[in-house]
Amino acid sequence: MVDPSVVDSVAALARLDLDPAQRERLISDLGKILAHIEMLDRVDTTDVPITSHPLDATDVDAADEPIASLPVAEGLRNAPDREGDLFRVPPVLGGDG
Amino acid sequence: MSSVDALHRESAVDLARACAAGERSARSIADAFLARAASVEPGLDAFLELDAARVRAQADAIDARRDRGETLGPLAGVPVAIKDLIAERDAPLTCGSRILENYVSPYDAHVIERLRAADAVLFGRTNLDEFAMGSTTETSAFKVTKNPWDPARFPGGSSGGSAVAVAARMAPLALGTETGGSIRQPASLCGVYGLKTTYGRVSRYGAAAYASSLDQIGPFATSAADLALLLGVIAGRDTRDSTSADEPVPDYAASLGQGVEGLRIGVPREFFGDGVDPEVRATVERAIETLRGLGAETRDVSLPHTEYGIPVYYLVATSEASSNLARYDGVHYTTRADAPDLEHLYTRSRGDGFGLEVKKRIMLGTFALSAGYYDAYYKKAQQVRTLIRRDFDAAFADVDVLVGPVAPAPAAPLGAVVDDALAMYMMDVLTVTANLAGICALSCPAGFTEGRLPIGVQLLAPPFAEPTLLRTAAAFEAATDYSREEPIA
Repeated sequence: MVDPSVVDSVAALARLDLDPAQRERLISDLGKILAHIEMLDRVDTTDVPITSHPLDATDVDAADEPIASLPVAEGLRNAPDREGDLFRVPPVLGGDG
Repeated sequence: MSSVDALHRESAVDLARACAAGERSARSIADAFLARAASVEPGLDAFLELDAARVRAQADAIDARRDRGETLGPLAGVPVAIKDLIAERDAPLTCGSRILENYVSPYDAHVIERLRAADAVLFGRTNLDEFAMGSTTETSAFKVTKNPWDPARFPGGSSGGSAVAVAARMAPLALGTETGGSIRQPASLCGVYGLKTTYGRVSRYGAAAYASSLDQIGPFATSAADLALLLGVIAGRDTRDSTSADEPVPDYAASLGQGVEGLRIGVPREFFGDGVDPEVRATVERAIETLRGLGAETRDVSLPHTEYGIPVYYLVATSEASSNLARYDGVHYTTRADAPDLEHLYTRSRGDGFGLEVKKRIMLGTFALSAGYYDAYYKKAQQVRTLIRRDFDAAFADVDVLVGPVAPAPAAPLGAVVDDALAMYMMDVLTVTANLAGICALSCPAGFTEGRLPIGVQLLAPPFAEPTLLRTAAAFEAATDYSREEPIA
């Protein structure tokens, strides 16, 4: 079990609506998973560097050459709502816009 | 030459050669596999979409090119089933999720461009766990794929549809993706070959991202030679994926006949712990004996941090997923819920569009990255990831390849683990460490349980040592007959 308030605040951070049954499942499941993860506390990681990426490669600059990008019509092809060449969304601050 | 009735049993190597030589048309090959799919797919549900007209149009175009005298590519007329996580222009791309239910790809992934250039026939979109998050193909929002050896059991996952398409000979080849075992584990449970390529070996451009420091695309096939053929087509540098490695692509087929005489094989003792099913253990031990009989040298090795693979993987993968899946926002190309303002548009679209397993992983990752928990969870996992890499580095200082089980147990009944938070994750305990270390690894058919469920043996090798894996798998294949057995007559 994790504290239900933690589940609610993380769901808000992740912009996820949960129905009541999902909320109950996550309170239980996240508790079990986090309890399992506690086993990492047994590992001494003093002075061990992190691995964020398995390749030894480092960033390089790409050649500064223009290349074709997705045409606007293709980019908007899957838009759930649009206005001309723009994505249309409801008011950012609420209300009827 | 075999009859058209048995054409679906021919290897990709033979089909490509026959098509390029004009002995078979791409259309006749496509029709044979479409007929096979029409016969067995209804009981298996491997495909989310298989459009016969689109398949035949590609085959006809290839035949027309050959008729004009053009030389065809290395996959001439060969059907390749595609995991529905990889973009194919003008085809659906659902990632097994309601949130992309209506999405149609506006462009081709890099690997799809390579397949088209090689004259392959893109053969349908295969089922998967939603956004590749699962190990059974049961978290798909659309259908449950069944194991062809026993349809009451799961095929493994997340690339379960691709594994089943190849195992049931509905396609000679398929592409899947791996983040923690999603090619090797279903390959093992379905009795086919599956290769997790070295991180950076294959461009991910056009593959939906789950965990970007782990994700790789790789092939499924029914032989090591077919696996090598497809790998050679998809491997190589692509500047559109900044993690794509600038490493030469060797002639993979050339490695197939080299044998294992003198090859140094390491047997990691941590891969044979108490959690491994006795039939799996016995099968893998028999495989090691076979390799020894072929001239390989074996020795015990240790990968002491193996047991920490699951917690490290589930922290790293979910943290990256929480960021990667932020793009599915109800604004640009996903389904959208009705909402009075933008905030609720996000929360409702994502709330309606994602299934429970995806929400669980986004939540775990968001938690692990949140203020106050970052050092204890995410940073700690990244440090233990370093220790897991060092384990492999130390082992590969003394051996060329490691051998062990792929999955701790054979395929279980549908529903047996998907609702248990930890049981499903533990199925990946022997596969996730290869992803965390970025090495290559392969699942190779190695036998059956008493109940005739397939068991795979896992071969692991250092970065870019795919030729060593293929050479070992080919030698084992030549000495055994497991890969020639079929689940459905």
